[in-house]
Amino acid sequence: MADKRMTAAEVVGELRDGMTIGVGGWGSRRKPMALVRELLRSPVRDLTVVSYGGPDVGLLCAAGKVAKVVFAFVSLDSIALEPHFRNAKQAGEVDTLELDEGMFLLGLQAAAWRVPFLPTRVGLGSDVVERQPEIRMVTSPYDDGEELAAMPALKLDVALIHQNRADASGNAQFLGPDLYFDDLMVQAADRAFVSCERVVDTADLLKEGSHHTLRISRLWIDGVVETPNGAHFTSCVPDYDRDEAFQRDYAKAAASPETWAEFKAAWLDVSEDDYQRKVAGLGR
Amino acid sequence: MSDVRRADICAVAIAECFRGDGEIMANPIGTLPRVGGLLARLSFEPDLVMTDGEAMLVNADGVVEAWNPYRTMFDVVWSGRRHVMMGGSQLDPFGNHNFAGIGDMKRPKAQLLGMRGAPGNTVNDKTSYWIPNHSPRVFVEKVDVVSGVGYDRARAAGPAATRYHQLRFVVTNLGVLDFESPDHRMRLRSVHPGVTVDEVVEATGFDLAPNGDVPETRLPTNDELRLLDDVADPGGDRFTEVKDQ
Repeated sequence: MADKRMTAAEVVGELRDGMTIGVGGWGSRRKPMALVRELLRSPVRDLTVVSYGGPDVGLLCAAGKVAKVVFAFVSLDSIALEPHFRNAKQAGEVDTLELDEGMFLLGLQAAAWRVPFLPTRVGLGSDVVERQPEIRMVTSPYDDGEELAAMPALKLDVALIHQNRADASGNAQFLGPDLYFDDLMVQAADRAFVSCERVVDTADLLKEGSHHTLRISRLWIDGVVETPNGAHFTSCVPDYDRDEAFQRDYAKAAASPETWAEFKAAWLDVSEDDYQRKVAGLGR
Repeated sequence: MSDVRRADICAVAIAECFRGDGEIMANPIGTLPRVGGLLARLSFEPDLVMTDGEAMLVNADGVVEAWNPYRTMFDVVWSGRRHVMMGGSQLDPFGNHNFAGIGDMKRPKAQLLGMRGAPGNTVNDKTSYWIPNHSPRVFVEKVDVVSGVGYDRARAAGPAATRYHQLRFVVTNLGVLDFESPDHRMRLRSVHPGVTVDEVVEATGFDLAPNGDVPETRLPTNDELRLLDDVADPGGDRFTEVKDQ
Protein backbone atom coordinates (compact mmCIF):
# COMPACT_ATOMS: atom_id res chain seq x y z
CA MET A 1 0.00 0.00 0.00
CA ALA A 2 1.25 3.46 -0.87
CA ASP A 3 2.56 5.61 1.97
CA LYS A 4 0.47 8.79 1.63
CA ARG A 5 1.81 10.60 4.66
CA MET A 6 2.51 14.25 4.05
CA THR A 7 2.73 17.55 5.90
CA ALA A 8 -0.03 20.10 6.32
CA ALA A 9 2.02 22.50 4.21
CA GLU A 10 2.18 19.94 1.41
CA VAL A 11 -1.61 19.57 1.52
CA VAL A 12 -2.13 23.31 1.32
CA GLY A 13 0.42 23.39 -1.51
CA GLU A 14 -2.11 21.44 -3.56
CA LEU A 15 -4.74 24.17 -3.22
CA ARG A 16 -5.29 26.91 -5.79
CA ASP A 17 -7.15 30.20 -5.82
CA GLY A 18 -10.84 29.83 -6.62
CA MET A 19 -11.11 26.18 -5.63
CA THR A 20 -14.16 24.64 -4.00
CA ILE A 21 -13.08 23.15 -0.67
CA GLY A 22 -15.21 20.82 1.45
CA VAL A 23 -14.44 20.75 5.16
CA GLY A 24 -15.54 17.80 7.32
CA GLY A 25 -16.87 17.77 10.86
CA TRP A 26 -20.00 19.51 12.10
CA GLY A 27 -20.26 22.91 13.82
CA SER A 28 -17.44 23.02 16.34
CA ARG A 29 -16.83 19.27 16.27
CA ARG A 30 -13.89 17.37 14.76
CA LYS A 31 -12.84 20.05 12.33
CA PRO A 32 -9.48 19.67 10.52
CA MET A 33 -8.26 22.81 12.26
CA ALA A 34 -4.52 22.22 11.78
CA LEU A 35 -5.10 22.06 8.02
CA VAL A 36 -7.31 25.16 8.21
CA ARG A 37 -4.61 27.01 10.16
CA GLU A 38 -2.06 26.04 7.52
CA LEU A 39 -4.42 27.32 4.83
CA LEU A 40 -4.72 30.62 6.72
CA ARG A 41 -0.94 31.01 6.49
CA SER A 42 -0.97 30.45 2.71
CA PRO A 43 -1.65 32.98 -0.07
CA VAL A 44 -4.60 30.92 -1.41
CA ARG A 45 -7.83 32.92 -1.74
CA ASP A 46 -11.24 33.26 -3.43
CA LEU A 47 -12.32 29.90 -2.11
CA THR A 48 -15.80 28.43 -2.14
CA VAL A 49 -16.15 26.70 1.22
CA VAL A 50 -18.66 23.86 1.58
CA SER A 51 -19.15 22.99 5.22
CA TYR A 52 -21.46 22.02 8.03
CA GLY A 53 -19.95 25.19 9.28
CA GLY A 54 -18.06 25.98 12.43
CA PRO A 55 -14.88 27.93 13.19
CA ASP A 56 -13.36 26.63 9.95
CA VAL A 57 -15.73 28.92 8.07
CA GLY A 58 -15.32 31.75 10.57
CA LEU A 59 -11.53 31.70 10.42
CA LEU A 60 -11.37 31.52 6.64
CA CYS A 61 -13.87 34.39 6.35
CA ALA A 62 -12.03 36.52 8.88
CA ALA A 63 -8.79 35.94 6.99
CA GLY A 64 -10.39 37.08 3.72
CA LYS A 65 -9.95 33.71 2.02
CA VAL A 66 -13.58 33.15 1.09
CA ALA A 67 -15.60 34.20 -1.95
CA LYS A 68 -18.61 31.99 -1.24
CA VAL A 69 -19.94 29.82 1.56
CA VAL A 70 -22.25 26.87 0.92
CA PHE A 71 -23.92 26.21 4.26
CA ALA A 72 -26.98 25.22 6.28
CA PHE A 73 -25.59 26.76 9.47
CA VAL A 74 -22.34 28.17 10.79
CA SER A 75 -22.22 27.60 14.52
CA LEU A 76 -19.83 27.10 17.40
CA ASP A 77 -22.40 24.84 19.14
CA SER A 78 -21.93 26.19 22.65
CA ILE A 79 -21.96 29.66 21.04
CA ALA A 80 -24.92 29.43 18.68
CA LEU A 81 -23.81 31.99 16.09
CA GLU A 82 -20.32 32.08 14.54
CA PRO A 83 -19.38 35.75 15.01
CA HIS A 84 -16.65 35.95 12.38
CA PHE A 85 -18.90 34.47 9.72
CA ARG A 86 -21.68 36.86 10.79
CA ASN A 87 -19.33 39.82 10.37
CA ALA A 88 -18.38 38.72 6.86
CA LYS A 89 -21.92 38.02 5.74
CA GLN A 90 -23.41 41.16 7.26
CA ALA A 91 -20.68 43.21 5.57
CA GLY A 92 -21.51 41.64 2.21
CA GLU A 93 -18.02 40.17 1.93
CA VAL A 94 -19.12 36.65 1.03
CA ASP A 95 -21.62 35.21 -1.42
CA THR A 96 -23.66 32.26 -0.19
CA LEU A 97 -25.69 29.24 -1.17
CA GLU A 98 -28.02 28.55 1.76
CA LEU A 99 -29.26 25.01 2.16
CA ASP A 100 -31.23 22.81 4.48
CA GLU A 101 -28.90 20.45 6.39
CA GLY A 102 -30.33 17.45 4.57
CA MET A 103 -30.16 19.00 1.09
CA PHE A 104 -26.49 19.49 1.83
CA LEU A 105 -26.14 15.73 2.35
CA LEU A 106 -27.96 15.11 -0.95
CA GLY A 107 -25.66 17.50 -2.81
CA LEU A 108 -22.58 15.67 -1.54
CA GLN A 109 -24.19 12.31 -2.28
CA ALA A 110 -25.04 13.37 -5.84
CA ALA A 111 -21.45 14.45 -6.40
CA ALA A 112 -20.18 11.18 -4.90
CA TRP A 113 -22.47 9.13 -7.14
CA ARG A 114 -21.61 11.23 -10.20
CA VAL A 115 -25.19 12.25 -10.93
CA PRO A 116 -26.15 15.91 -11.55
CA PHE A 117 -28.78 16.14 -8.82
CA LEU A 118 -30.94 14.21 -6.39
CA PRO A 119 -34.67 14.91 -6.09
CA THR A 120 -36.12 15.91 -2.75
CA ARG A 121 -39.15 17.39 -1.09
CA VAL A 122 -36.82 19.37 1.13
CA GLY A 123 -36.64 23.07 0.35
CA LEU A 124 -40.07 23.31 -1.33
CA GLY A 125 -41.86 26.48 -0.27
CA SER A 126 -38.83 27.81 1.64
CA ASP A 127 -36.50 30.57 0.50
CA VAL A 128 -33.86 27.92 -0.20
CA VAL A 129 -35.78 27.19 -3.37
CA GLU A 130 -37.89 30.32 -3.82
CA ARG A 131 -35.06 32.84 -3.63
CA GLN A 132 -32.09 30.93 -4.98
CA PRO A 133 -32.26 30.26 -8.74
CA GLU A 134 -29.29 27.89 -8.32
CA ILE A 135 -31.77 25.32 -6.99
CA ARG A 136 -34.03 24.19 -9.83
CA MET A 137 -37.08 21.96 -9.93
CA VAL A 138 -37.63 18.54 -11.47
CA THR A 139 -40.87 16.74 -12.34
CA SER A 140 -41.13 13.07 -11.56
CA PRO A 141 -41.32 11.06 -14.82
CA TYR A 142 -43.54 8.51 -13.05
CA ASP A 143 -47.31 8.51 -12.59
CA ASP A 144 -47.21 10.64 -9.43
CA GLY A 145 -45.81 13.56 -11.44
CA GLU A 146 -44.56 15.23 -8.27
CA GLU A 147 -42.63 18.47 -8.67
CA LEU A 148 -39.59 18.24 -6.46
CA ALA A 149 -36.46 20.23 -5.79
CA ALA A 150 -33.43 19.01 -7.77
CA MET A 151 -30.57 19.36 -5.31
CA PRO A 152 -27.49 19.89 -7.51
CA ALA A 153 -24.31 17.90 -6.94
CA LEU A 154 -21.88 19.72 -4.62
CA LYS A 155 -18.73 18.79 -6.51
CA LEU A 156 -15.60 19.54 -4.50
CA ASP A 157 -12.10 20.13 -5.79
CA VAL A 158 -10.62 19.17 -2.44
CA ALA A 159 -11.96 17.75 0.82
CA LEU A 160 -10.25 18.23 4.18
CA ILE A 161 -11.37 16.04 7.09
CA HIS A 162 -10.06 15.09 10.52
CA GLN A 163 -10.31 11.62 12.03
CA ASN A 164 -9.13 10.08 15.28
CA ARG A 165 -6.79 7.50 13.68
CA ALA A 166 -5.54 6.62 10.22
CA ASP A 167 -2.95 4.38 8.70
CA ALA A 168 -0.28 5.66 6.34
CA SER A 169 -2.28 4.68 3.27
CA GLY A 170 -5.41 6.62 4.19
CA ASN A 171 -7.70 4.16 5.92
CA ALA A 172 -9.19 6.39 8.58
CA GLN A 173 -11.15 5.81 11.76
CA PHE A 174 -13.61 7.86 13.80
CA LEU A 175 -13.88 6.90 17.47
CA GLY A 176 -16.50 9.44 18.54
CA PRO A 177 -20.29 9.16 18.43
CA ASP A 178 -20.80 10.50 14.91
CA LEU A 179 -18.95 10.31 11.61
CA TYR A 180 -20.89 13.43 10.52
CA PHE A 181 -20.59 13.52 6.71
CA ASP A 182 -16.85 13.08 6.37
CA ASP A 183 -17.28 10.02 4.15
CA LEU A 184 -19.46 11.94 1.71
CA MET A 185 -17.06 14.88 1.77
CA VAL A 186 -14.16 12.77 0.56
CA GLN A 187 -16.33 10.92 -1.96
CA ALA A 188 -17.61 14.21 -3.41
CA ALA A 189 -14.08 15.52 -3.94
CA ASP A 190 -11.51 15.13 -6.71
CA ARG A 191 -8.78 15.03 -4.08
CA ALA A 192 -9.15 14.33 -0.38
CA PHE A 193 -6.84 14.75 2.58
CA VAL A 194 -7.32 13.39 6.05
CA SER A 195 -5.59 14.68 9.15
CA CYS A 196 -5.66 12.53 12.25
CA GLU A 197 -4.63 12.47 15.87
CA ARG A 198 -2.29 9.55 15.33
CA VAL A 199 -1.09 7.45 12.41
CA VAL A 200 -1.09 3.78 13.40
CA ASP A 201 -0.28 0.48 11.74
CA THR A 202 -3.17 -0.88 9.73
CA ALA A 203 -3.22 -3.92 12.00
CA ASP A 204 -3.76 -1.67 15.02
CA LEU A 205 -6.87 0.12 13.70
CA LEU A 206 -9.25 -2.41 15.24
CA LYS A 207 -7.55 -2.18 18.65
CA GLU A 208 -9.43 0.99 19.59
CA GLY A 209 -12.75 0.60 17.84
CA SER A 210 -14.95 -1.98 16.13
CA HIS A 211 -15.04 -2.44 12.38
CA HIS A 212 -18.00 -0.04 12.33
CA THR A 213 -15.57 2.81 13.00
CA LEU A 214 -13.61 2.17 9.80
CA ARG A 215 -15.74 4.21 7.46
CA ILE A 216 -13.07 5.95 5.35
CA SER A 217 -11.13 3.66 3.03
CA ARG A 218 -7.84 4.55 1.34
CA LEU A 219 -9.79 4.35 -1.93
CA TRP A 220 -10.82 7.93 -1.36
CA ILE A 221 -7.74 9.44 0.25
CA ASP A 222 -4.81 11.20 -1.41
CA GLY A 223 -2.88 12.27 1.65
CA VAL A 224 -2.62 11.62 5.38
CA VAL A 225 -1.33 14.15 7.88
CA GLU A 226 -0.61 13.33 11.51
CA THR A 227 -1.70 16.40 13.50
CA PRO A 228 -1.92 15.62 17.23
CA ASN A 229 -4.52 17.91 18.84
CA GLY A 230 -5.17 18.95 15.25
CA ALA A 231 -8.88 19.58 15.74
CA HIS A 232 -8.23 22.04 18.58
CA PHE A 233 -10.23 24.05 19.66
CA THR A 234 -13.09 21.96 18.33
CA SER A 235 -13.97 18.66 19.96
CA CYS A 236 -12.40 15.39 18.92
CA VAL A 237 -13.90 12.91 21.32
CA PRO A 238 -12.85 10.57 22.78
CA ASP A 239 -9.37 12.05 22.38
CA TYR A 240 -10.41 15.45 23.77
CA ASP A 241 -13.37 17.76 24.27
CA ARG A 242 -13.84 21.22 22.84
CA ASP A 243 -11.63 23.88 24.44
CA GLU A 244 -14.51 26.12 25.50
CA ALA A 245 -12.36 28.81 27.07
CA PHE A 246 -10.25 29.11 23.93
CA GLN A 247 -13.37 29.17 21.81
CA ARG A 248 -14.79 32.01 23.89
CA ASP A 249 -11.61 34.02 23.29
CA TYR A 250 -11.81 33.24 19.59
CA ALA A 251 -15.43 34.44 19.49
CA LYS A 252 -14.58 37.62 21.41
CA ALA A 253 -11.89 38.40 18.85
CA ALA A 254 -14.69 39.16 16.36
CA ALA A 255 -15.51 42.36 18.27
CA SER A 256 -13.28 44.67 16.20
CA PRO A 257 -10.44 44.66 13.66
CA GLU A 258 -8.07 45.35 16.58
CA THR A 259 -9.17 42.34 18.64
CA TRP A 260 -8.96 40.15 15.54
CA ALA A 261 -5.44 41.41 14.80
CA GLU A 262 -4.42 40.55 18.34
CA PHE A 263 -5.87 37.05 18.12
CA LYS A 264 -4.33 36.50 14.70
CA ALA A 265 -0.87 37.59 15.86
CA ALA A 266 -1.04 35.39 18.92
CA TRP A 267 -2.55 32.24 17.44
CA LEU A 268 -2.50 32.23 13.65
CA ASP A 269 0.71 33.95 12.58
CA VAL A 270 2.65 31.19 14.28
CA SER A 271 3.62 27.69 13.19
CA GLU A 272 1.45 24.73 14.15
CA ASP A 273 4.19 23.55 16.51
CA ASP A 274 4.26 26.93 18.26
CA TYR A 275 0.46 27.01 18.34
CA GLN A 276 0.34 23.62 20.04
CA ARG A 277 3.12 24.59 22.46
CA LYS A 278 1.21 27.73 23.41
CA VAL A 279 -2.04 25.80 23.81
CA ALA A 280 -0.27 23.29 26.06
CA GLY A 281 1.10 26.23 28.03
CA LEU A 282 -2.42 27.41 28.78
CA GLY A 283 -2.53 24.44 31.13
CA ARG A 284 -6.16 23.57 30.48
CA MET B 1 -52.45 27.22 41.87
CA SER B 2 -50.54 29.59 44.09
CA ASP B 3 -47.26 27.76 43.71
CA VAL B 4 -47.71 26.78 40.04
CA ARG B 5 -45.32 28.84 38.01
CA ARG B 6 -45.57 30.02 34.42
CA ALA B 7 -42.69 27.79 33.32
CA ASP B 8 -44.55 24.74 34.67
CA ILE B 9 -47.62 25.69 32.66
CA CYS B 10 -45.47 26.12 29.55
CA ALA B 11 -43.84 22.72 30.13
CA VAL B 12 -47.24 21.03 30.34
CA ALA B 13 -48.52 22.93 27.29
CA ILE B 14 -45.46 21.71 25.36
CA ALA B 15 -45.99 18.16 26.59
CA GLU B 16 -49.60 18.35 25.35
CA CYS B 17 -48.30 19.08 21.82
CA PHE B 18 -47.01 15.50 21.69
CA ARG B 19 -50.22 13.89 22.96
CA GLY B 20 -51.38 11.16 20.61
CA ASP B 21 -48.07 10.94 18.75
CA GLY B 22 -47.38 7.34 19.83
CA GLU B 23 -44.16 5.68 18.74
CA ILE B 24 -42.48 8.45 16.77
CA MET B 25 -39.47 10.59 17.51
CA ALA B 26 -40.23 13.63 19.62
CA ASN B 27 -37.52 16.14 18.87
CA PRO B 28 -38.08 19.17 21.06
CA ILE B 29 -35.19 21.59 20.53
CA GLY B 30 -34.34 24.04 23.31
CA THR B 31 -34.62 24.17 27.07
CA LEU B 32 -38.35 24.15 27.74
CA PRO B 33 -39.23 22.01 24.70
CA ARG B 34 -36.85 19.35 26.00
CA VAL B 35 -38.40 19.49 29.48
CA GLY B 36 -41.93 19.37 28.05
CA GLY B 37 -41.09 16.53 25.68
CA LEU B 38 -39.57 14.50 28.52
CA LEU B 39 -42.68 15.16 30.60
CA ALA B 40 -44.91 13.84 27.80
CA ARG B 41 -42.88 10.64 27.62
CA LEU B 42 -42.79 10.23 31.42
CA SER B 43 -46.57 10.52 31.60
CA PHE B 44 -49.07 10.06 28.78
CA GLU B 45 -46.86 9.27 25.74
CA PRO B 46 -44.49 6.55 26.98
CA ASP B 47 -43.64 5.25 23.49
CA LEU B 48 -42.05 8.48 22.25
CA VAL B 49 -38.47 8.08 21.01
CA MET B 50 -36.01 10.78 22.06
CA THR B 51 -32.34 11.63 21.52
CA ASP B 52 -29.65 12.40 24.08
CA GLY B 53 -29.09 15.68 22.24
CA GLU B 54 -26.34 14.12 20.19
CA ALA B 55 -25.97 10.78 18.41
CA MET B 56 -27.87 8.36 20.64
CA LEU B 57 -31.49 7.52 21.25
CA VAL B 58 -32.04 7.04 24.97
CA ASN B 59 -35.07 5.69 26.76
CA ALA B 60 -36.82 7.27 29.72
CA ASP B 61 -34.20 5.77 32.06
CA GLY B 62 -31.38 7.33 30.06
CA VAL B 63 -30.36 3.96 28.64
CA VAL B 64 -29.05 3.98 25.06
CA GLU B 65 -31.50 2.13 22.84
CA ALA B 66 -30.18 2.95 19.36
CA TRP B 67 -27.47 4.82 17.47
CA ASN B 68 -28.79 7.92 15.70
CA PRO B 69 -26.00 9.89 14.04
CA TYR B 70 -26.98 12.89 11.91
CA ARG B 71 -27.12 10.68 8.84
CA THR B 72 -29.80 8.55 10.45
CA MET B 73 -31.66 11.61 11.65
CA PHE B 74 -32.45 12.54 8.06
CA ASP B 75 -33.80 9.02 7.49
CA VAL B 76 -36.18 9.68 10.36
CA VAL B 77 -37.13 13.19 9.24
CA TRP B 78 -37.78 12.19 5.64
CA SER B 79 -39.81 9.16 6.66
CA GLY B 80 -42.23 11.34 8.60
CA ARG B 81 -41.62 9.55 11.89
CA ARG B 82 -40.95 12.69 13.85
CA HIS B 83 -42.58 15.64 15.56
CA VAL B 84 -40.13 18.49 15.92
CA MET B 85 -40.50 21.59 18.07
CA MET B 86 -38.26 24.46 16.99
CA GLY B 87 -37.61 27.95 18.24
CA GLY B 88 -37.84 30.89 15.87
CA SER B 89 -37.01 34.57 15.59
CA GLN B 90 -40.04 35.42 13.46
CA LEU B 91 -43.38 33.73 12.73
CA ASP B 92 -46.10 34.99 10.39
CA PRO B 93 -49.89 34.38 10.37
CA PHE B 94 -49.63 31.15 8.37
CA GLY B 95 -46.70 29.71 10.26
CA ASN B 96 -43.85 30.73 7.99
CA HIS B 97 -40.83 30.68 10.23
CA ASN B 98 -37.51 32.48 10.24
CA PHE B 99 -34.39 31.80 12.22
CA ALA B 100 -32.05 32.32 9.27
CA GLY B 101 -31.49 36.07 9.44
CA ILE B 102 -33.06 39.51 9.89
CA GLY B 103 -33.17 41.77 6.86
CA ASP B 104 -32.00 40.74 3.40
CA MET B 105 -31.32 37.03 3.06
CA LYS B 106 -27.98 37.50 1.30
CA ARG B 107 -26.82 40.55 3.20
CA PRO B 108 -28.72 40.52 6.46
CA LYS B 109 -28.72 43.15 9.17
CA ALA B 110 -28.32 40.23 11.56
CA GLN B 111 -27.22 36.81 10.43
CA LEU B 112 -28.89 34.20 12.64
CA LEU B 113 -28.74 30.40 12.56
CA GLY B 114 -29.19 29.78 8.84
CA MET B 115 -31.73 27.38 7.36
CA ARG B 116 -30.62 24.47 9.59
CA GLY B 117 -33.21 21.71 9.16
CA ALA B 118 -36.31 23.90 9.06
CA PRO B 119 -37.19 23.54 5.35
CA GLY B 120 -37.03 19.76 5.52
CA ASN B 121 -38.73 19.47 8.89
CA THR B 122 -41.77 21.48 7.88
CA VAL B 123 -42.53 19.68 4.60
CA ASN B 124 -41.92 16.20 6.01
CA ASP B 125 -43.07 16.06 9.62
CA LYS B 126 -45.35 17.41 12.25
CA THR B 127 -43.84 20.69 13.37
CA SER B 128 -44.59 22.87 16.39
CA TYR B 129 -42.88 26.04 17.54
CA TRP B 130 -41.75 27.30 20.93
CA ILE B 131 -41.57 31.07 21.45
CA PRO B 132 -40.47 32.05 24.97
CA ASN B 133 -40.92 35.79 24.31
CA HIS B 134 -44.30 36.38 22.69
CA SER B 135 -44.03 39.86 21.15
CA PRO B 136 -44.79 41.81 17.95
CA ARG B 137 -41.11 41.49 17.04
CA VAL B 138 -41.54 37.74 16.75
CA PHE B 139 -45.12 37.53 15.51
CA VAL B 140 -44.85 39.59 12.34
CA GLU B 141 -47.04 40.09 9.27
CA LYS B 142 -44.22 38.84 7.02
CA VAL B 143 -41.02 37.04 7.94
CA ASP B 144 -37.78 38.34 6.41
CA VAL B 145 -36.58 34.89 5.32
CA VAL B 146 -38.67 31.71 5.07
CA SER B 147 -36.76 28.87 6.72
CA GLY B 148 -39.75 26.87 8.01
CA VAL B 149 -42.64 26.64 5.55
CA GLY B 150 -46.10 27.97 6.46
CA TYR B 151 -49.47 26.83 5.13
CA ASP B 152 -49.77 29.50 2.42
CA ARG B 153 -46.27 28.98 1.09
CA ALA B 154 -46.68 25.19 1.09
CA ARG B 155 -49.94 25.53 -0.84
CA ALA B 156 -48.31 27.84 -3.38
CA ALA B 157 -45.42 25.38 -3.81
CA GLY B 158 -47.83 22.63 -4.80
CA PRO B 159 -48.91 19.12 -3.80
CA ALA B 160 -45.39 17.82 -3.21
CA ALA B 161 -44.97 20.48 -0.52
CA THR B 162 -48.38 20.06 1.15
CA ARG B 163 -48.43 16.25 1.08
CA TYR B 164 -46.78 15.75 4.47
CA HIS B 165 -46.81 19.36 5.69
CA GLN B 166 -48.44 19.78 9.10
CA LEU B 167 -47.85 22.67 11.47
CA ARG B 168 -49.41 21.81 14.81
CA PHE B 169 -48.96 24.23 17.68
CA VAL B 170 -47.18 27.37 18.75
CA VAL B 171 -46.53 27.44 22.48
CA THR B 172 -45.42 30.75 23.95
CA ASN B 173 -44.90 32.26 27.38
CA LEU B 174 -48.43 33.70 27.07
CA GLY B 175 -50.51 30.93 25.55
CA VAL B 176 -50.97 28.23 22.93
CA LEU B 177 -51.84 28.91 19.30
CA ASP B 178 -52.74 26.60 16.42
CA PHE B 179 -53.64 26.71 12.74
CA GLU B 180 -57.04 25.02 12.92
CA SER B 181 -58.95 27.86 11.25
CA PRO B 182 -60.56 27.44 7.79
CA ASP B 183 -57.62 29.02 5.93
CA HIS B 184 -54.96 27.95 8.47
CA ARG B 185 -54.45 31.46 9.78
CA MET B 186 -52.99 31.25 13.28
CA ARG B 187 -55.54 31.39 16.08
CA LEU B 188 -55.37 31.51 19.83
CA ARG B 189 -56.11 28.10 21.32
CA SER B 190 -55.66 28.91 25.01
CA VAL B 191 -54.21 31.57 27.26
CA HIS B 192 -52.03 30.64 30.21
CA PRO B 193 -53.65 31.28 33.60
CA GLY B 194 -53.04 34.92 34.52
CA VAL B 195 -52.88 36.09 30.89
CA THR B 196 -55.77 37.83 29.10
CA VAL B 197 -56.73 37.43 25.46
CA ASP B 198 -56.11 41.15 25.01
CA GLU B 199 -52.55 40.76 26.20
CA VAL B 200 -51.90 38.10 23.56
CA VAL B 201 -53.56 40.18 20.84
CA GLU B 202 -51.43 43.13 21.91
CA ALA B 203 -48.26 41.04 21.74
CA THR B 204 -49.06 39.67 18.28
CA GLY B 205 -48.11 41.77 15.26
CA PHE B 206 -50.91 40.47 13.02
CA ASP B 207 -54.61 39.63 13.27
CA LEU B 208 -55.31 36.20 14.72
CA ALA B 209 -58.18 34.13 13.34
CA PRO B 210 -61.28 34.41 15.56
CA ASN B 211 -61.85 31.60 18.05
CA GLY B 212 -64.82 32.50 20.25
CA ASP B 213 -64.24 32.18 23.98
CA VAL B 214 -60.64 31.17 24.45
CA PRO B 215 -60.13 28.77 27.37
CA GLU B 216 -57.24 28.76 29.81
CA THR B 217 -54.29 26.43 29.32
CA ARG B 218 -54.70 23.58 31.75
CA LEU B 219 -52.78 23.50 35.01
CA PRO B 220 -50.18 20.84 35.72
CA THR B 221 -51.34 17.95 37.89
CA ASN B 222 -49.51 17.20 41.12
CA ASP B 223 -47.95 14.17 39.44
CA GLU B 224 -46.70 16.33 36.60
CA LEU B 225 -45.20 18.89 38.95
CA ARG B 226 -43.39 16.08 40.75
CA LEU B 227 -42.07 14.67 37.45
CA LEU B 228 -40.88 18.12 36.41
CA ASP B 229 -39.05 18.73 39.68
CA ASP B 230 -37.65 15.25 40.16
CA VAL B 231 -36.96 13.91 36.67
CA ALA B 232 -37.54 16.17 33.67
CA ASP B 233 -35.86 19.31 35.02
CA PRO B 234 -34.40 18.85 38.50
CA GLY B 235 -32.03 21.78 37.90
CA GLY B 236 -34.93 24.15 37.26
CA ASP B 237 -33.63 25.35 33.89
CA ARG B 238 -37.21 26.06 32.83
CA PHE B 239 -37.48 28.91 35.36
CA THR B 240 -34.48 30.62 33.79
CA GLU B 241 -36.07 30.57 30.35
CA VAL B 242 -39.56 31.67 31.42
CA LYS B 243 -39.87 34.03 34.37
CA ASP B 244 -43.00 34.40 36.43
CA GLN B 245 -44.90 37.40 35.20
